[in-house]
Amino acid sequence: MSTLKLDLENYKELLKEYIRTKDEQALYQAEQFSKHSMQHNISPEEIINIHVQSLEEIYPEMPADIQASMNFLLETMISYGLAYQEHQALREKQLELKSELSVAANMQKTLLSTKKPDFDGIEIGAISVPAKQMNGDYHHFVQDQEGSLGIGIADVIGKGVPAALCMSMIKYSMDSFPHKRMEPSVILESLNRVVERNVDSSMFITMFYGLYNPQSHKFYYSSAGHEPGYYYHHERGEFCEMDAPGLVLGVTKDAEYPQKEQQVDPGDMIIMLTDGVTECRQGDRFIEPEEVLEIIKKYMDLPAQEMVEQVYKHFEKLQDFQLRDDFTLVVLRRNV
Amino acid sequence: MDFQSCVNIKKEWDIVGARQLGRDIAKKIGFGTVDQARIATAISELARNIYLYAGSGKVCFEAIDDMNHKGLSIIAIDEGPGIEELSQVMEDGFSTSGGLGAGLPGVKRLMDEFDIVSEQGKGTEIKVVKWLR
Ligand SMILES: Nc1ncnc2c1ncn2[C@@H]1O[C@H](COP(=O)(O)OP(=O)(O)OP(=O)(O)O)[C@@H](O)[C@H]1O
Ligand SMILES: [Mg+2]
Repeated sequence: MSTLKLDLENYKELLKEYIRTKDEQALYQAEQFSKHSMQHNISPEEIINIHVQSLEEIYPEMPADIQASMNFLLETMISYGLAYQEHQALREKQLELKSELSVAANMQKTLLSTKKPDFDGIEIGAISVPAKQMNGDYHHFVQDQEGSLGIGIADVIGKGVPAALCMSMIKYSMDSFPHKRMEPSVILESLNRVVERNVDSSMFITMFYGLYNPQSHKFYYSSAGHEPGYYYHHERGEFCEMDAPGLVLGVTKDAEYPQKEQQVDPGDMIIMLTDGVTECRQGDRFIEPEEVLEIIKKYMDLPAQEMVEQVYKHFEKLQDFQLRDDFTLVVLRRNV
Repeated sequence: MDFQSCVNIKKEWDIVGARQLGRDIAKKIGFGTVDQARIATAISELARNIYLYAGSGKVCFEAIDDMNHKGLSIIAIDEGPGIEELSQVMEDGFSTSGGLGAGLPGVKRLMDEFDIVSEQGKGTEIKVVKWLR
């Protein structure tokens, strides 16, 4: 049956067969015929034309009025045929766009890639998964010249290509900052100026920036309107919020970003995330922040990287594998 | 190249006249039912654009009969405002009335050759050809 040819003879035989038997077999072949025709870009008006010609051959005595009515039908199909062809063309275009986008997404991955640094006694886990092809979240590790570890996590309000372009800019400004001493408040102030100057005012970027000193085990942090982080006290077995006041990046030129500090004891954890984590949805319900912490607690005994991956898997499943927002989670744990 | 005939487009009714004449000529040249219907639809689109956007103009037909091929050439001419964003207009899905697949990109699909010259404030000239196969 796969050798079905779209020709008049074939159609005529099928039609005759059906008129004679009225059975399902012939209708099944009609279905195959129409699929085959579509694969060959045959428009509906051509099918009608073949039908009319077949009828003329099967019924040479067909009344002229009926024949005329068939031409009427054919005429009404022309626009459907055009819509069908447009659909084909748009589909091709869409495939093109899709592949372009995936090239861009790969480029972005390379551009924004950041290496988790190795620090004695500190364990880092990081995961960032885009909801669509391009990621509007960003995280970044850097070691400054005094040996401290800088961690930035940012979120562009908005998704897709514009957000991704914006993030590339953030990354390159961060790379160009002097690596002397990367104070969170100073970093955010500088970034704020960059964003204010360069980014459309309808685009907002939030960021949480922390600096960990592995000698003093102090963690300094500032926030530009970003989702608060969490601190886990190993001793007390409880989480508390880590937040600092500060405007979203790019709103005004001279925003200030007060800096806070936190003493980190062995076994303690620092958790930084984007709202793609805290605003996970199960059906219509937004999950509570406590649920995130519960899940983190559940996997806490795993190595940090496995832990963030398990947490991600949990929420991915909870949302039926359809992320609504980019998901980024970074965990830092002091082991000794 | 034996004859050229035109239909003036002023009223909506003239669109029907243009279709009729175009179809008659197409039939004479030897086009089958499907191609006749396609040609008529293309004429409709061209004539309706003249009627809607230029106010008036004309659609002319010319039978082509060279040594090696026969065909029908249609020229739609008006002295209306012209089309500003030609490349946009020729893009699928742009036509304002949201007619799926119709409009100028549709005309291009219905015919074998398509050529448009439009100058703002001066007018528009669209030439299309359908070859007999
Ligand atoms: N002869 C013309 N003179 C001036 N403008 C024109 C002319 N023909 C088309 N246009 C402009 O080009 C646009 C696109 O024309 P097109 O025929 O493709 O779609 P449409 O007329 O908007 O919708 P449809 O034809 O699907 O009903 C029109 O909206 C009109 O602005
Ligand atoms: Mg139109």
